[in-house]
Amino acid sequence: MIGQALNRVDGPLKVGGRAAYAYEHWEAGQPLYGFIAGATIGKGRITKIDIARAERSPGVRLVLTHRNAPEQNAPDFSITSQYSRAFPVLNGPEIHYYGEPVALVVAETFEQARAAARLVDVEYAAEAGHYDFAARQNNAYAPKKVNAGLPTDSAVGDFDAGFAGAAVKVDQRYSTPYYFSQAMEPHAAMAVWNGDDLTIYVTDQILAEGRTCVASTLRIDLQRVHLISPYIGGGFGSKLGLHHEAILAALAAREVKQPVKVAMTRQQIFHLVGPRPTTSQRVRLGAGKDGRLVAIGHDVTMYTNPEWEYAEQTAATTRSLYAAPNRLTRHRLTPLDRQRGEDVRAPGEAPGLLAVESAMDELAYALGIDPVELRIRNEPARDPERDVPFSDRRLVECLREGARRFGWEERPVSPASRRDGRWLVGYGMAAAIRMHFQGTAKVRVRIGRDGIAVVQSDMTDLGTGTYTILTQVAADALGLPIERVRIEIGKSDFPESSGSGGSWGAANSSIALHRACKALREKIEHSAGEPGDLEAEGEVAGMWKEPAYQAYSIHTYGAHFAEVGVDADTAEIRLRRMLGVFAVGRALNAKTTRSQLIGGMTWGVSAALHEEAVVDTRTGAFVNRDLAEYLVPVNADIPDLDAIVLDGFDDKANVLGAKGLGELGICGAGAAVANAVFNATGVRVRDFPITLDKVLPGLPLAEA
Amino acid sequence: MAVSSNDVKMKSAGIGIALTVNGRAHRLELDPRTSLLDALRELLHLTGAKKGCDHGQCGACTVLVNGRRINSCLTLAVMHEDDDIVTIEGLGKPEALHPLQAAFVERDAFQCGYCTPGQICSAIGMLAEARAGWPSHATVDVAAEGTTLTGAEIRERMSGNICRCAAYPNIVAAIRDIVEGVHR
Amino acid sequence: MRPFTYERATDPRAAVAAVSRTGAKFISGGTNLLDLMKLDIEQPSHLVDISRLPLKNIEELPEGGIRIGAQAANSDVAADRRVRTRYPVLSEALVAGASGQLRNMASIGGNLLQRTRCPYFYDTAAACNKRVPGSGCAALDGFNRVHAILGASDACIAVHPSDMAVAMTALEAEIELLGDQGARRVAIDDFYRLPGDTPHIETVLQPGEMITGVILPAPPPGRQGYRKVRDRASYAFALVSVAAVVAAERGTITAARVAFGGVAHKPWRSVEAERILTGQPATMANFRAAAEAAMAQAVGRGHNDFKIELAKRTLCRSLAQLAGELRRQL
Repeated sequence: MIGQALNRVDGPLKVGGRAAYAYEHWEAGQPLYGFIAGATIGKGRITKIDIARAERSPGVRLVLTHRNAPEQNAPDFSITSQYSRAFPVLNGPEIHYYGEPVALVVAETFEQARAAARLVDVEYAAEAGHYDFAARQNNAYAPKKVNAGLPTDSAVGDFDAGFAGAAVKVDQRYSTPYYFSQAMEPHAAMAVWNGDDLTIYVTDQILAEGRTCVASTLRIDLQRVHLISPYIGGGFGSKLGLHHEAILAALAAREVKQPVKVAMTRQQIFHLVGPRPTTSQRVRLGAGKDGRLVAIGHDVTMYTNPEWEYAEQTAATTRSLYAAPNRLTRHRLTPLDRQRGEDVRAPGEAPGLLAVESAMDELAYALGIDPVELRIRNEPARDPERDVPFSDRRLVECLREGARRFGWEERPVSPASRRDGRWLVGYGMAAAIRMHFQGTAKVRVRIGRDGIAVVQSDMTDLGTGTYTILTQVAADALGLPIERVRIEIGKSDFPESSGSGGSWGAANSSIALHRACKALREKIEHSAGEPGDLEAEGEVAGMWKEPAYQAYSIHTYGAHFAEVGVDADTAEIRLRRMLGVFAVGRALNAKTTRSQLIGGMTWGVSAALHEEAVVDTRTGAFVNRDLAEYLVPVNADIPDLDAIVLDGFDDKANVLGAKGLGELGICGAGAAVANAVFNATGVRVRDFPITLDKVLPGLPLAEA
Repeated sequence: MAVSSNDVKMKSAGIGIALTVNGRAHRLELDPRTSLLDALRELLHLTGAKKGCDHGQCGACTVLVNGRRINSCLTLAVMHEDDDIVTIEGLGKPEALHPLQAAFVERDAFQCGYCTPGQICSAIGMLAEARAGWPSHATVDVAAEGTTLTGAEIRERMSGNICRCAAYPNIVAAIRDIVEGVHR
Repeated sequence: MRPFTYERATDPRAAVAAVSRTGAKFISGGTNLLDLMKLDIEQPSHLVDISRLPLKNIEELPEGGIRIGAQAANSDVAADRRVRTRYPVLSEALVAGASGQLRNMASIGGNLLQRTRCPYFYDTAAACNKRVPGSGCAALDGFNRVHAILGASDACIAVHPSDMAVAMTALEAEIELLGDQGARRVAIDDFYRLPGDTPHIETVLQPGEMITGVILPAPPPGRQGYRKVRDRASYAFALVSVAAVVAAERGTITAARVAFGGVAHKPWRSVEAERILTGQPATMANFRAAAEAAMAQAVGRGHNDFKIELAKRTLCRSLAQLAGELRRQL
């Protein structure tokens, strides 16, 4: 059962329009509607706020501002996980970033609330803020750690000497812009108070952390907070933590003694949810004429909110990707007056591999070596920085299998050498790598007299397929048909997991469930055939307590191959086809695995070609803050794209042999596309995204 | 079609209208500002149509009005008196899916499911447009008669529905199954 | 969205009378108006719904042209057999715009009147002379990648976002208007205004006037084509677009029409390019000369500098494509 291409068990509900997302619950009765008013300056303070007109507006029941909002806890920055910290809102007149909430208007209808939100009159004393990343790069500092607790810097051998002595060098700077997850479901929450108990219907990837955040912010007992999030309309990291709409809904609902729901508008998401930090990256590769690397250097500078530090692990996978005796990686942060940065699918790995795998292509070109062969020549025998064995490294297999299936040998070897009508055609490839993480999880399974196994956990399904894979794991372990398994997740009152994030949710919850089922089977055997209600729990420990994670370097791998067309006249860039081959240990469901991987690859395509949130450096506002101007791929952008998964089982990772794969697809995918653009045109663009205006000056004029 | 009636009154009522949704007649008292999308979701509790952007930039709110696909976020409910409105809930039920809904499940043409009702309604409208011979941006010669729904044609015609999970290849496969008459 | 009252007009004259009250506006497809009302950019206090007026037909005219009712949906016009065979540039422009859903809603009249996508026009906290006359133009020194290179002023560098209107400009369409003073017709090139010091006045439409239809004269001789350049493959506004019509005899261009989209406050007809092309051999050198003439007055504002070269190349390719098709026809 495990691994089979079972259709999503929640599929019929979703295609029928009957899966209820956060804003769509009616069991608590008719709610009131909250609408957020945001600051129109990037830094400064509110000098006057007049809510009289808003309060008089029809249907308005409450206008919350910093003057009447209940006191909330400040975030405790000693708590490592940023999503468990308090996240207060309307807690003072200071404005820290553009769009920060200055009021919540609650009314009987959505239209009344939105109209009245415009009537909140705010005067500001604006201060000069720092919004321009390029201009502030020299103010960078070294953080103590980067995301996931990884070290800020690493050094092996003597990078400077190794690089200086290299026969062939690549020394280039790459930049990546602010990216946003922009899940289709906007951030939304409905708060319902029942005495001292607070229930929030919310869209949240990690309920345990969300619950801690709410309890801490509102200064209430953790046991009084109940989060419900059965269906999530995409998250991609943007819903790892709760946001202002959840806290505001809770504050307002308590005041008006009625359920209140609040959703961000699409435009507000660009300021109230954190972006992937914009980066400037210097990649230095030194190699011998045979292509063997002697030095790898990866220096990253990115922005951070001054108070709420966030550092993506942009150079972290560079530490494990290729062999080289001399190595150096560093992360630096430049404070800007902007909202906190947050995790966006494959934090760090996605922008980091855009740069490193572009640089590898530049090195291959400089050496005149096939880019696939160059990577194979630099395959390490052990993890090059940790000096431990790999648990299950199959990068070379991915490269070879991908090259074979894609027809890599047909590639145009020299740039700008192939045409198809008015299209310049190019091939590009890149490697994929992502660290596999393991976090704590508890799962309960119960079997009743009806013979139905009910699985309970606070785990979530944001489209990843949790409902389906847990069904498979339980059916497999209990020997039941899938119709006799019912998955109940998405409630914080259920046994606690680490939720969905960092691609660890599937493995964490599956292992815990597998163990719970094993324990239940033992109980069933001991119950001597007496059918009754039996239950058991299973759990999994965090990787920091698992010896295998200390003894081995545990990653997932892949290889991307892309073919693009670039219009010879206009430089419009269109993907023609793309293939990824991946090694992820054991895939729990062939169908949902492929879906996640092709989704990730598509994100790589748009990181290379489309996505960029542009800051107006005068105000700190994101200029292109809607889906007409912040371009994500549409169907026509993704013609022929497929993912192949190698059969596998990583016995070091866990008992099921499975590893996370929700983010692997994006890792390296953008670089494959970028390298294909170079191959098509001979134009190398290092400032992402590669839009036509950056390629056009390098294209010759048409002669006919 | 069985037609029953249902009265819903909004708190800030302004205008009384009759709305026919999935074959059922409703009397609604509503604020004229109410979009068709909000009327469906907040008054009739038909939350299958989704609010993704509220500005016609994502397609998650797509419903069928008189057989045509439209963005229900960019039209007022009061403008749809006497129109025949069909939402995802009217196409099929989880236990009795429309063939296209079943094809979406089989092809895994979604992940989070939030854009999915809009994708399916859009595809139903799109198939009718293709049957009527409408050209698209992917059509080589707009003057030519008839439409062949190639992959390029399906992708172009479905480009008004953003799927951030990026199930696009699977969405195209599900629609092709219907075009090619693959029955499940 | 501010509160408004709503009425549905039953005939064109009643609609014109109804919209005479202060703060009143017509609503048709709603795809642009409601978008802007939700953001408090448009603030009507009364809406006159003209979407059900009997102005949806496409009729043949005696001199070989057609008349398109202003309430016809974009998709219906794009799919009309007469439009597809005689005015393919219009059909191509229509299907290059927006999405299938939006084209089903958007009316022809509304498409003509859609407002700019300048992000500062859309941001009520930013200075914008088009939205608030006299407040300034945040785009001048701001992020102006999508902005105008022709016909702009220091008051406004916004562009008109329509694809359809670019094709209609190349086809020398006339806009049929109805007001309380009666009906009139305006050539499309005269219908739109350049921004000057009054960018908030975008057309010559008088208060209370309604677009009732678009007249397309008999098709000009030659091949027609619409080419749209954009950042993604579909569902995006034009960076640059070209509507062109080219006629040739024995390799010499006998007549040409050229209009650009995405470059100015209005669809940009280039009579300069047309003049250079007419009577000349259909060669890339002459196409390039026409492109240089078309862009002679173009001014970049920084982020949009690339549009000048992009417009030239797009025109050259469009002309080469049409000339090639003409050759193959022989």
